[in-house]
Amino acid sequence: MERNSATTWGAAIIVVIALVLAWWLIPSLHQSSGKDKQVADQFPNDQFPSTYKPYPSKPTLIRNATVLTATNQEIDGGDVLMQGGKIVSVGKNLAAPADAVVIDGRGKFVTPGIIDIHSHLGVYPSPSNEATQDGNEATKPATPEVRSENSVWPQDPGFTRALAGGVTAMQILPGSANLIGGRSVVLKNVPSVTTQGMKFPNAPYDLKMACGENPKRVYENKGGPSTWMGDVAGYRAAFEKAKEYRDKWRAYWKDKKGDPPDRDIGLETLALVLDKKIPVQMHCYRGDQMATMIDVAKEFGFRIAAFHHASEAYKVADLLKANGICAVMWADWWGFKMEAYDGIPENIAMVDHAGACATIHSDDPIGIQRLNQEVAKAMAAGRRMGYPITRAHAVEWMTRNPAYALGILNQTGTLEKGKDADIVLWDHDPFSVYAHAEKVFIDGALLFDRDNPKISPRSDFEIGQEDNGETGGAGQ
Amino acid sequence: MRYSLILAGVSAFALATAALAQTPANKPAAPHPSAVAQKIVNDAIAEGATKIVLLPASAQITLIQHGDVYTVGAAGTLNNADVLIENGKIAQVGPNIAPPPGAKIIDAYGKPVTPGIMASWTTLGIQEIQLVAEVNDATPNQALDSAAFDVSDAINPAETEIPVARIRGVTRSLTAPADCGDVFCGTAAVIDLGNGPDLIVKKQAGVVAELEPNGGEGQKNARPDIWVKFRETLDDAREYCGQRAGYRRPGGYRDQRSNKVDLDALCPVVQGNEPLLVHVERASTIRQILAYTQSSHVKLIILGGGEVWEVAKDIAAAHVPVVMDNDLNLPGSFSDRGATLQGAARLDRAGVTVVFQPQSDNPGAHARTITQIAGNAVANGMSWDHALAAITKNPAQVFGIADTYGTLEAGKDADVVIWDGDPLEVTSAPTAVFIKGQNISLVSRQTRLRDRYRDLSKKPFAYR
Repeated sequence: MERNSATTWGAAIIVVIALVLAWWLIPSLHQSSGKDKQVADQFPNDQFPSTYKPYPSKPTLIRNATVLTATNQEIDGGDVLMQGGKIVSVGKNLAAPADAVVIDGRGKFVTPGIIDIHSHLGVYPSPSNEATQDGNEATKPATPEVRSENSVWPQDPGFTRALAGGVTAMQILPGSANLIGGRSVVLKNVPSVTTQGMKFPNAPYDLKMACGENPKRVYENKGGPSTWMGDVAGYRAAFEKAKEYRDKWRAYWKDKKGDPPDRDIGLETLALVLDKKIPVQMHCYRGDQMATMIDVAKEFGFRIAAFHHASEAYKVADLLKANGICAVMWADWWGFKMEAYDGIPENIAMVDHAGACATIHSDDPIGIQRLNQEVAKAMAAGRRMGYPITRAHAVEWMTRNPAYALGILNQTGTLEKGKDADIVLWDHDPFSVYAHAEKVFIDGALLFDRDNPKISPRSDFEIGQEDNGETGGAGQ
Repeated sequence: MRYSLILAGVSAFALATAALAQTPANKPAAPHPSAVAQKIVNDAIAEGATKIVLLPASAQITLIQHGDVYTVGAAGTLNNADVLIENGKIAQVGPNIAPPPGAKIIDAYGKPVTPGIMASWTTLGIQEIQLVAEVNDATPNQALDSAAFDVSDAINPAETEIPVARIRGVTRSLTAPADCGDVFCGTAAVIDLGNGPDLIVKKQAGVVAELEPNGGEGQKNARPDIWVKFRETLDDAREYCGQRAGYRRPGGYRDQRSNKVDLDALCPVVQGNEPLLVHVERASTIRQILAYTQSSHVKLIILGGGEVWEVAKDIAAAHVPVVMDNDLNLPGSFSDRGATLQGAARLDRAGVTVVFQPQSDNPGAHARTITQIAGNAVANGMSWDHALAAITKNPAQVFGIADTYGTLEAGKDADVVIWDGDPLEVTSAPTAVFIKGQNISLVSRQTRLRDRYRDLSKKPFAYR
C-alpha cells in the first residue's frame, strides 16, 4: 500500500512537472492569443499588486500601560513587545530584548491601530478643487470596471492628519453616485510615492455599491434610475449580466473550443463578486433598504460584508446579526438628508447590543482624525441607555470590527501575538476629548511621534508652503 | 467651510441644490402654543413622569444646589454653590441659598453647572434637512446679492433639530444663511432653543458676506470681482441710506447693482449698528478686510478658520472677534494652507475673542458637537476656561445679547445646564437643561426612536 501510494505520488509529481514545463515551453499555452487575456481558468484578481514594504523598525517594548487589546481585554500595567514588524507578546512584566527601545507607558494607553473602513482620502483629497475630484465616475449608474486605487493621490495631506489620529489602515472607497461604484482598496497609512506602496498586503478587494438617494439624485435627469425601485432593478440587471458573463467563460474553460468570449473588466469584477471573492461594501442608510439588499444578495449569491452609513441599522440589528453583516456607522451624524433623518446616537451601541457587528467610520478627512472620540460618544450613549459597555469592548468598534469586515483580521485589528505591529500609544484614555495619539506604529515602525516633529510625515503638497508659518505634516 | 463628502461627493449635488433653491420656499407656520404645550406633556409622559403640572415659566422657582458652578462671569467657578431660578431669570448665584417656599430643589452635588451653550454660525431653526428643499430655508437664491434674505422669516420652533441640540446643552444659536448670493448672503438672527413658539431673541444680528471664491457652491468670482462688488454694494448702501427718500424720485439715484431691499438691509451695517459677518480663510484676504473696515464704520466679525490665526495680532488690535470650527486643520482649499488645530489657541493667546462653530459641514444637525469642538481646542492648547467662554460668554458679547445671556449671574435669562461630567468631554451629557427658566424635557425625536426600537423582540412593531 505504502509503496504503491509512493509510486502513484511520484508519477503524479512527474506528470505535474511535465505539464508545467510544457506550459512554459509551448508559448501558445500561456501567452494570449487574440482576445484571450486569461492565463488560468479563473478570473484574474491580482492587478496592481501591492509593493508595500514595512518601514524600518526597532524592537520596541511599551511598558506599564493600560492595554486595550481589542479582544475584550483591558490589561492594567500591561506591556506590548513588537519585533520584526510583528507583535511578539502582550502581557505583564515582559522581558525586553537587549536592543529594544523601551517606552514607559505609565498613565498611557495602548490600542491597536485604528482602521477607518470608510474613507475617501486620496480620491477626494485636500485641497478640494476640480482637478482633485476623482472619487465618482458618475458617467453611468454601474461602473464596476473602475477602482479607487487608480484614483488615489498618495500626496493627500489628509493621510498624514489621519496618522496623527492613530489611523494605521483604511479602506478607500469610490463615492456613492453610482449603484455600483467600483472596487475599493485597503491601504496601510504609510507615506509612499505610489499607491501600490501603501496597498495592504493580502487584503481582499471589495466592491462599493450604493443604495438610496445619491444614485437617484445623480441619474434622475441622466436616463435613470430615478427611483429606489429603479436602483434595485439596476443592481439585479447588472448581476444578471455578470452571471451570463461568468457562465460563458466557464463554458469556454470547460473545453477551450472556439474563440474565447470577449473580455469585459467590469463584468469580470462582478463575476468575482458572484464567486464571493470580492465582498460588497454597501452604502445604505435605511433599514428597509438594507433588508431589500440582503434579498438581492441572496438572489445572486454574493456577500455583503457591511452596510455603510447605516443610520437605521438599529431598526434591523436582528436581521444584520442573522445574516452576518456588519453595520458601519457614525456616532451622531444625522439629518443632512431624508435617508439620514432617523439616525440616532445610540445606533452603534444598539447594533452591538443585539449581537451584530458594529463599526465606526468617518467618511470625512476631519472626522477620521478623531475616530476614538466618535467611539467614545457612541459608548457613552450606550451606557446612558443602560448597556454596560466597557472600554475593552468599545475599542473593537474602531479596530477589530473594521478589520473583520475588511477580511484583514488575521493580520491586524487586535493586539495578539503574530499580528502586524499596528499600534497606537495614547497619552490619555483614548475615549477622552483631551487624548492624543502620542506614537503610532505601523508594522512596528514608528511613523508618528507627537514629541518629535521629525517623525511627522508631510505630503509633497505641503512642502514649500512654509511661508504660512506652519510646517505641515501629521501634527498640524 | 468644511467640504462635505457625503453630500458633495455626488457632484450633481451642487446643481440639485441650486435648482431646489430656485423654488419658492414654503415656510411652515409656527405651531399653535397649545400644540407645543401638548408636546411637552407627551414628552414628559414618554419620560415616565407621573405628575405633570404645566406652569408658565414665570411661576416656577427652581433651586439648583451644591453644584460646581462655572459662572463664566466675574465670580469665576464656585464649588458647592447654588443657582436660584425665578421668573425665568437667574435670581441668585452663590453658596447656601435659602430655598424659597415652593421651590423645586435639584441636587447637583459634584456636577458641573454652566450657562446654556450657544452654537454660532449654524442653521438651527431654518434647515431641518439639508437636502430636502421644503425644510431648507438656509440657502438664498444665488443669482443676486441677498443681504435682505433674513433668516428670522423662517425660524421654525417645531424643527426636530432643536430638541436634538438642546438636550445636549445647546440653548442659543446664531442662525445664519448657509450659502450666499454674489457676495452678500443674508441676515442672521439669535434664537433660543426653548419651547417657543417665538424663538427669536435678536433680529438683524449681522449681515453675512462671502469673500472667498471657494465659499459659495455656485460662485465663480475671482477675488477682484468679489472686491469690486463688495465695495460697490457697500458704497451704494452708504449713498442710499443717507437719502432713502430720493431713491425713486425722477432724476434720483442711478440704478444700484443691488435691490432696494438689500440696500435697506445693509443700512444698519454701513451705519455701524449691525455687524458684518465676513467669511474669510486666506491670510491676505483677512488683512484686506481688516484694512477696509478700519477705514469705514463697519463693525466686522470674522467667520472663518483656515489662516485667520496668522493675522492674530492685527485682528486683536482691531478688536475683531472670530467665529470658527477649530477642527478644520487641512488645506481644504488653497486659502487654507495654514489651517491648524492650534488656530483657536493662538488667536486666544493674542487676545482675540474666539467663538466656536459646531462641525461646519452641518452646524444645525450637528450643533451638539459644539462642546467637542471646544474640548478639542483645549486639547490643542486653549485654556479650558476660555474654551467654555467661547461657547457662552463670548458669543453673547459678540452678538449683542450679553445683557441677558452668557454667564450665570443674577438678572440674566436662566439658561442653565447641569452636566454629568466635564461639559467639554465627549462622554458627558446634561442631566438638566433650563432655557429662559423653562425646565426642558430631555426628549427628542431621536430619544423616541431609540425607545421605540430598544427591544426588537418586545412587541410587534405596530404596538411599539
